[in-house]
Amino acid sequence: MTAIIALSLFGIGNLFLGFWFPRKTIQLISLLFLAISMGLTTFDWNHEYLWFGNMFKTTNSSINFSLIIQLAAFLVIAFSNHFGNDEEHSHPAEYYAIMLFSVVGAILMVSFEHLIMLFVGLEILSVAMYVLTGSDKRNLRSNEAAIKYFLMGSFATGILLFGITLVYGATKSFYLANIALSITQTAPESMPTFLYIGVILILVGLLFKVSAAPFHFWTADVYDGAPTIFTMFMSTVVKTAGFAALYHIMGGMFGGIYTKWVLIVYFVSMLTLIIGNITAVYQQSVKRMLAFSSISHAGYMLLTVCAKQTSTTSNILYYSLAYTLATLGAFAVVKIVSEYQTGRNESPENFSSFNGLAKNNPELAFAFTIALLSLAGIPLTAGFWGKFFVFNDVFNRNIIYPVIIAILMSAVGIYYYFRGIIASYFNQGDIEKIEIPTIFRIALWITTIGTLYLGLYPTIVKNIF
Amino acid sequence: MYLLFILFFPLVLGAIILVARPKNAFIIALSGAIIETIASVKILYDFSQSIKPITFIHSWIPDFGLNFSLWVDGINGILIGLCGLMVPFIIASTAKTERANNSQFQGLILLMQSALMGAFLAKDAFLFYFFFEASLLPIYFLTAIYGGENKNAITFKFFVYTLFGSLFLLIGLIYVYLRTPGNIHSADIIDLYSTASALSANEQGLLFLAFFLAFAIKMPIFPFHTWQPDTYTTAPVQGTMLLSGIMLKMGTYGLIRLILPMFPLGIAEWGYTASVLSVIGIIYGSIIAIQQKDAKRLLAYSSFAHVGLMAAGILTKSTEGIQGSLYQMLSHGINIIGLFFVVEIIERRTKSREIAQLGGITSHSYFLTVTFIILSLGSVALPLTNGFIGEFLLLKSVFDYNLVLGITSGITIILGAVYTLRLIQNTMFGNQSRITTSFQDVTNAEKWVLIPLSILVILGGIIPNYILAFSEPSVNLLTQWFK
Repeated sequence: MTAIIALSLFGIGNLFLGFWFPRKTIQLISLLFLAISMGLTTFDWNHEYLWFGNMFKTTNSSINFSLIIQLAAFLVIAFSNHFGNDEEHSHPAEYYAIMLFSVVGAILMVSFEHLIMLFVGLEILSVAMYVLTGSDKRNLRSNEAAIKYFLMGSFATGILLFGITLVYGATKSFYLANIALSITQTAPESMPTFLYIGVILILVGLLFKVSAAPFHFWTADVYDGAPTIFTMFMSTVVKTAGFAALYHIMGGMFGGIYTKWVLIVYFVSMLTLIIGNITAVYQQSVKRMLAFSSISHAGYMLLTVCAKQTSTTSNILYYSLAYTLATLGAFAVVKIVSEYQTGRNESPENFSSFNGLAKNNPELAFAFTIALLSLAGIPLTAGFWGKFFVFNDVFNRNIIYPVIIAILMSAVGIYYYFRGIIASYFNQGDIEKIEIPTIFRIALWITTIGTLYLGLYPTIVKNIF
Repeated sequence: MYLLFILFFPLVLGAIILVARPKNAFIIALSGAIIETIASVKILYDFSQSIKPITFIHSWIPDFGLNFSLWVDGINGILIGLCGLMVPFIIASTAKTERANNSQFQGLILLMQSALMGAFLAKDAFLFYFFFEASLLPIYFLTAIYGGENKNAITFKFFVYTLFGSLFLLIGLIYVYLRTPGNIHSADIIDLYSTASALSANEQGLLFLAFFLAFAIKMPIFPFHTWQPDTYTTAPVQGTMLLSGIMLKMGTYGLIRLILPMFPLGIAEWGYTASVLSVIGIIYGSIIAIQQKDAKRLLAYSSFAHVGLMAAGILTKSTEGIQGSLYQMLSHGINIIGLFFVVEIIERRTKSREIAQLGGITSHSYFLTVTFIILSLGSVALPLTNGFIGEFLLLKSVFDYNLVLGITSGITIILGAVYTLRLIQNTMFGNQSRITTSFQDVTNAEKWVLIPLSILVILGGIIPNYILAFSEPSVNLLTQWFK
């Protein structure tokens, strides 16, 4: 909890510090702030506290999710080597501050015990993201992405609120514990039907946020149009917070009516897997490919939500961590290569701009390869264990066919992930040695080595439970 | 402890060579491979003196009951010996070429050796799967960077096709693993044996198909072989040696180690179909090999034909079949690596693998002809060569299993002789062609590879019993699971 207060104060502090210090110093200061708040988060380990009138609860799993979110923000800030093409007109202190504020929103989303707290956290996170998406003011695609994200996101939040209202009407409480109690204690016949409609509406609202099909149409354009650094933030922090919240609600609060919502979520997860993977095959832009890949990963995480085992929370945690590290690594390389290629290539974010990367930039090519292998789910990387744990969960429910579809879609995924590896290593191209700032390089090594280490010792994370 | 050494030593050495990029990568890699050979032989000797398998176990993911568990018994001992013994020859075959001191090339070969060792050593089924898939990565990079024409598309097809099959292996494994008794399941191979053989016939049939698909693509078995000729032909010759000499044995090993004991009812239902497909593969591979104009492609199809017989022998579930296939795995590895090296020597001199353009090499290099003939006769399974022992046992077991299949497989001996002897005749004998008029004799570096391989071919044919006795107790133990 102290982390929220600290981050809010640090964010405001960042806004003011921007008057006096240059960009590099602000970056280091923001990294320091996040490190401090990560430390503060761990202070609450093994203590369950309730705050704000029982609306906010720090449990071990919420601390773990907060740590992943803050780690993602930390790495994103470390990767932010320059903002936009216009160095004099950009105001990095504001962007760092907004990122810190949105981390506050994300932490609220993973530690809520009251539906209004979920809404507050979701809105803080989302509004900050709307602003960041449109931050490249002179770029038309960024403006378009911001408007799309804002409209669709507000719509989704509206639907979420409708759902919350209906659930409140049926169970007479906003507190998750009371709602769960009322659901298990009321006989199914005397439970008003609009409760189930409320459940579906809440589910739809949250599925929008984690970009599950058929609510995923905004993802490609928004991820593509936003500046790459904020796409990195969106695809990792928002997804992690979204899935933590989703499972907390569906598995925790609505666990009693599991049989009512499970088929819907299965259908959505299958649709997400198929649409995400097959559309990604056709993409020429690496950024759009990674956007669709994030949609397909949402499909895998939804599978384990369907299975609802005791291990599901820790599996979502592990999958989020593996996915975060890999996505950050991949996007970081995309960012630095597309920045190099702007001006040299007409489409700097396409696969063709990676041709011949490995010749003069072996570090970048290696990091890119490990990140893509992890996203594809090849053994030796963290992504493999993520998928393994998901399949384990689903098989424990004795359900076979969704896993077969997931496996077939994994095989499809290999095609588009490998295009990046093939372009870097096996195609001819002329990319000179790209200068990488030190902080960027350290962060890239953290993601690569983290992915490999988790690929060999997944228990490191599992043991925390 | 030794087990950890033979698993990790090539990995560490390969990684060091890849990162540090030393100037004399050839010497370092070769000495590393020889150290590995000595260590493997020591382990195998230790095992032959003891009764029980040598094991090593270390906890890996305790929540899931997955252990980092390795073992050596009679069955995988043969393959560990193959892997440890052949890699020095593969590295030595790069001598005096531009690839010799290419640290990336040598590093990838060593990484591949480590992955293959891991697959053979693994006692935990998920560890086996881990190495089964991980072995795809070094060979993919080796072939895609150093390959011949159209390498990108061909290697990508190889990678995706093989990975697709092994995904079915994964879900099959998870399915059986979740049914092992206890709150924390176990993926140990012995536990999987007892759980799987207790499943219903329906389940065993489907699981057999899932597992068999993965191994059938790897070996390959007709009709899952379409990736193989292109990949073998376009890969650099050391890559082809790794693929055909050692990697395809992972498929047959999986057939022996996993499918046979785990799914007896599944084999009862699908075994005959699988055997028929294998035998079709033998005939199909042999006939197409006869038609080939490219020597390397011919050898690729001959490899496809040989592995069909190995699979058919294993599927007979008899001790002779399994013993024969193990011996044939060893002999085929030696023979095919030698044969690919001979084709490589010819290609280095004449820049061509087209059989029609070659001829009359024997007048320049008597030595090459002799070794080529010895290796080919091993492939054809002439008595007194190592190929004969394996093929004899395999043919006997297939004959006992089904007369028609046995006769069909027997015919392939003739077909095998046709394409192999035609290859020798058209490249070595006959009139010299335009490109073979100035054919330099075999260099000393090349002799260092050819002579030991030829000796092994003859030795394997004269004194097979040492190896057969090595694997027999473990094979007998294995057959207990499905008799």
